[in-house]
Amino acid sequence: MSDSVETAAAAAAPVPPAPTGQSGTVVRSTVLRRLFRNPLGLIAMAILTTITLLAALAPVIAPFQENFANIAKTLAAPDAVNILGTDSAGRDVWSRLLYGGQLTLLSAVLCAAVAIAIGLPSGLIAGYYAGKFEAVSNWMVSILMSLPGLIVLLTIRAAFGPSVWISMIAFGILISPSYFRLTRSAVQSVRNELYVDAARVSGLSDRSIIARHIFSVVRAPIIIQTAAIAGVAIAIQSGLEFLGLGDPAKATWGVMLSEGFKNVYLTPTLLFWPAFAMALTIGALVLLGNAIRDALEDADKIKHRRKKMHDAEHAASASAAKAARKTLAAVEAGTEHHLVKVTNLGVGYPQADGSIKKVVDDVSFHVDRGEILGIVGESGSGKSQTAFSILGLLPDTARIVGGAIQFDGNYTVAPGDEKVNQDRLSKLRGKRISYIPQEPMSNLDPAFTIGYQLVTPMVRVLGISKAEATKRAMKLLSDVGIVNPERTFKAYPHEVSGGMAQRVLIAGAISCEPDLIIADEPTTALDVTVQADVLELIRDLQRSLGVGVILVTHNFGVVADLCDRVAVMQNGRLVEDGPVRDILRNPKQKYTQTLLASMLEGKTPMTMLVSSEKEPVA
Amino acid sequence: MIRFIAKRLGSGLVVLFVVSALTFFLLYISSGSIARNILGDQATAEQVAMKEHELGLDQPLPVRYFAWVGDALTGNLGASWFTSEPVANSLATRIPVTMTMVFAAMILIAICAALIGVAAAVKRGWVDRAVQVGAILGDSIPGFVIGVILVTILAIQLGIFPATSTISPDSGAEAWVYSMTLPVIALLLNGVTGGAQQIRSAVIKQLERDYVRTLRSRGIGEGEILFKHVLRSAAPAGLTVLSLQLIGMLGGVVIIEQIFALPGMGPLAVAATGQSDLPVVMGVVMYTVVVVIVVNLLVDILNGWLNPKVRVS
Amino acid sequence: MSTTENAPLLTVDKLIVEYPSKRFRAKPFRALTDINITIGQGETLGLVGESGSGKTTLGRAVLGLAPVTGGKIIFEGNDISNATRKQRRTLSRDLQVVFQDPYTSLNPALEIGDILAEPLGVQGMEKTAAKKRVKELLDQVGLPSDAIHRLPREFSGGQRQRVAIARALALSPKLIVCDEPVSALDLTTQARVLDLFLQIQNDTGVSYLFVSHDLDVVRHISHRVAVMYHGEIVEQGPADVVTRDPEHPYTQRLLLASPVPDPDRQEKRRADRHRLLEIQRQQTEQAGALA
Repeated sequence: MSDSVETAAAAAAPVPPAPTGQSGTVVRSTVLRRLFRNPLGLIAMAILTTITLLAALAPVIAPFQENFANIAKTLAAPDAVNILGTDSAGRDVWSRLLYGGQLTLLSAVLCAAVAIAIGLPSGLIAGYYAGKFEAVSNWMVSILMSLPGLIVLLTIRAAFGPSVWISMIAFGILISPSYFRLTRSAVQSVRNELYVDAARVSGLSDRSIIARHIFSVVRAPIIIQTAAIAGVAIAIQSGLEFLGLGDPAKATWGVMLSEGFKNVYLTPTLLFWPAFAMALTIGALVLLGNAIRDALEDADKIKHRRKKMHDAEHAASASAAKAARKTLAAVEAGTEHHLVKVTNLGVGYPQADGSIKKVVDDVSFHVDRGEILGIVGESGSGKSQTAFSILGLLPDTARIVGGAIQFDGNYTVAPGDEKVNQDRLSKLRGKRISYIPQEPMSNLDPAFTIGYQLVTPMVRVLGISKAEATKRAMKLLSDVGIVNPERTFKAYPHEVSGGMAQRVLIAGAISCEPDLIIADEPTTALDVTVQADVLELIRDLQRSLGVGVILVTHNFGVVADLCDRVAVMQNGRLVEDGPVRDILRNPKQKYTQTLLASMLEGKTPMTMLVSSEKEPVA
Repeated sequence: MIRFIAKRLGSGLVVLFVVSALTFFLLYISSGSIARNILGDQATAEQVAMKEHELGLDQPLPVRYFAWVGDALTGNLGASWFTSEPVANSLATRIPVTMTMVFAAMILIAICAALIGVAAAVKRGWVDRAVQVGAILGDSIPGFVIGVILVTILAIQLGIFPATSTISPDSGAEAWVYSMTLPVIALLLNGVTGGAQQIRSAVIKQLERDYVRTLRSRGIGEGEILFKHVLRSAAPAGLTVLSLQLIGMLGGVVIIEQIFALPGMGPLAVAATGQSDLPVVMGVVMYTVVVVIVVNLLVDILNGWLNPKVRVS
Repeated sequence: MSTTENAPLLTVDKLIVEYPSKRFRAKPFRALTDINITIGQGETLGLVGESGSGKTTLGRAVLGLAPVTGGKIIFEGNDISNATRKQRRTLSRDLQVVFQDPYTSLNPALEIGDILAEPLGVQGMEKTAAKKRVKELLDQVGLPSDAIHRLPREFSGGQRQRVAIARALALSPKLIVCDEPVSALDLTTQARVLDLFLQIQNDTGVSYLFVSHDLDVVRHISHRVAVMYHGEIVEQGPADVVTRDPEHPYTQRLLLASPVPDPDRQEKRRADRHRLLEIQRQQTEQAGALA
């Protein structure tokens, strides 16, 4: 029926991003294996196979012809001859169910085939070449999608008569936009992928590129979509039959349902069988689609799991430290004066197999008022996770697996806490601890003006009036070096440059006069010249406000520019920390030495940096 | 904004024109023996020819189509070839019945799907799993089968609701609501399960965005983040889902009306298409397309209001 | 350094690249204006500039991935500015590419062996020979030979970039366009990959057009450097001159903007930068006053 028609198409349309590139020949075998291991997927496949076999073998196994009527035996209860009873014309329900299955399945296949034949090639072309073809197809798609399926089919029937095949071809055309849109957006997502460019540079023809690199991306989503479309086709075809608009000479589930409904006062069971067959078939298709999707998403997860295994190894080595940690009970006397003190902190993510993947392991450091601490490390070193645990903004799945964090003499994470205590932190966040993110654009809500996003936190946190907050926001904007504060105040995020957006975010971070600012790679997304300006801004503000700053970065130049002290992290652990000059000039640990040796500044050009001769592997 | 609306209305008119021409053409192909069908087997060849002339069937397609367009522009949609009832009259009595149901169902879907979807996204746990299972069930059972099941169990077996709803609005609001309950439920169940599922994923996607974390870091409460920022950003996705559901429902309601014997657009559409009653079919198709165009326009306007980027361009 | 005095391998002459505007009858967007560069055999030309300066577009134009609206690109004496796909296929033996992002530059669904064999197959090399060549390539970039049957996602960023380099080397090209090939990598990985680039040039005599936003990287790897700003080349010359004693105001700003890893030297650089900005501000004011 058609209310599920277009929504199912819409539901399936946004699928492509997930399985991108997860469908090549190599992956497919593992996906298939995973599919077979999924009980729901197995059941669905078993049901579909059984139904298909029963329908295909209908002429052999059905005890009666589909229209054979025994007028002497109408609306009979099940017995040895008519195992599911007979209908009002004395026809055998079981036989009609089998023959009906034939027609129903075939019409679903026809509909999906037509829809694929139209939607897939046009989607590939529109996605790959774009241009006029895409514009025209988009227009046609928007028309097709705004036509209610059933009404169109009624019209088609008025024109061409009651043929199942014609209505299924028509419905295939009508529903082809779902394949078109699916294919087009999948192709668009890979069209500009660099590996397609690399293939172009290699001189691969468009046809080879589509076959080799692009078709493999849409294959899996197409299969999932087809399961959904087949279900919808069965529903709408049965709906037409139910309305009595089908071919009266054919047994179908829809006709049987309608027949049962007419006799609902006499034999309600007549209703049950066709409804059951329909729900079973469509349900199996839906489950199969879901199982394939899950199998594909599992394939995606594999890589994480592999990494996690790796991390679990060094987690074991930390157990000694964990034992020591248990003895720690209260806030250490004499540490209250530190603005922030992190003690033996461990952060981890529970895994499916019950283990915990540690991303931060036994990390301790402190920050005093008016001091800038740099946390340096490469990707995966746990530096951002450490920062977010101070802010209390770790993902929901994260667990504090050990240690404590104290802010201004009070615990925000007490020893033994499993999670960051949000009651304690929500009073501090925004007010006394604030945050400067890495990516300026994605950290502003595109739907609200910059002014709104500056004013609201001040109203909420400081409890000042909107007018006063607006006045302060203007001053903040000019403080962070924005030339025309009024205009920026009224602008939406997409109307300003990345550098300006970052200034806005810095203005937001200082708006409630915090004691601690946590800056997570605040200049990484910016051009070098803009970075220099923003570093300048952070330094000036830090001096004038006297706040403590935790600066997370991978760049030793940024560290040298801003920081008083440095902590170096690797694989979740703190390698060494100390005053900035000591660490940068006389690093004690091998890892820090390697990091600094990798710096290009001051090296003789055209010479080897780390590898003496031919020494693999990155 | 006004230019945007004008542009949308313009393209809507083009669609209306294309669809009406296409439908007219399709029906024209099949209207060869229509006069014979109307008059029955006993009619003589002259009588058939007379009838064909009377219906304008002897004129070429373009002439007939533009005559229809001309009449339609003045509000005259012609009369049924079989019952001679003016099409505009039939539509006027039937559209309210259908639209009441469709809009009641849509409003309930919007509310329920939004509440359930947001709850599933925020709370996760069992609510989330229930939504997933519900979505699979909803996808598995066609709406009209749900309708049939509801009638069988609630009306026929238990007798809680009337099985047929031929009651007119004049017979009291209470009776009207009572008789409309089952059809509306049958219409909305699939919509709620499917809609909740999609609103859930839209909300989850928004909750994972960077700016949500930054809002939290600014000391904004969870409630405000959810209702002011996340829902607003997730709303366009939800609106698109709802508009597609509404389009689908215009078809689905035909079968539901048939099941409950409601005097809405459904029986009219089924009868007219069964007999190739061109003026009535044209009327039904035009009504559907106009509803769709209006709904899509409203969705576009709402989206423009929600998303400043669209508004500017 | 090792610049040969023969005819250059690549000459870009008054190149203009324009992208048609999305809007109807609007002016096309001009990405590159009047670009003139040459690269000799065995030479590296570093191309440095900020985001949106057109440096990536120039690399793509050489590869045939950006529309050439004016000027010429001459490779080994042939004008390739509007080469057909067929000509590109021949050209790809000598002209190759390494992209920035090692995560999207390898098809995640293909095994490493298939990825490396793709350019070989296009040239019609038979399977066994191709397989042998793939093994050589893996060895050349320092990857284990069992990598052939593994998928890109099983490798780290640095290892993937090695695969991308191996793919570029497959046909022993004369010129490789390197589009920010180390920007997505961690510091230590970046150093190793840069070493690999130098090693390969030593061994094979390949030329690089090396695009990067990082002046330090460009200084380290290039013989000559060209600086791009707003779609134009504002300055080019020997690497040590351009990257240590630049003439153009933008290059001067760029040089002093990049922080050095020592607090005291950085403090001096900061002061130098302030002085430079002040001087440049005065100069623009004077220019404005004169105009």
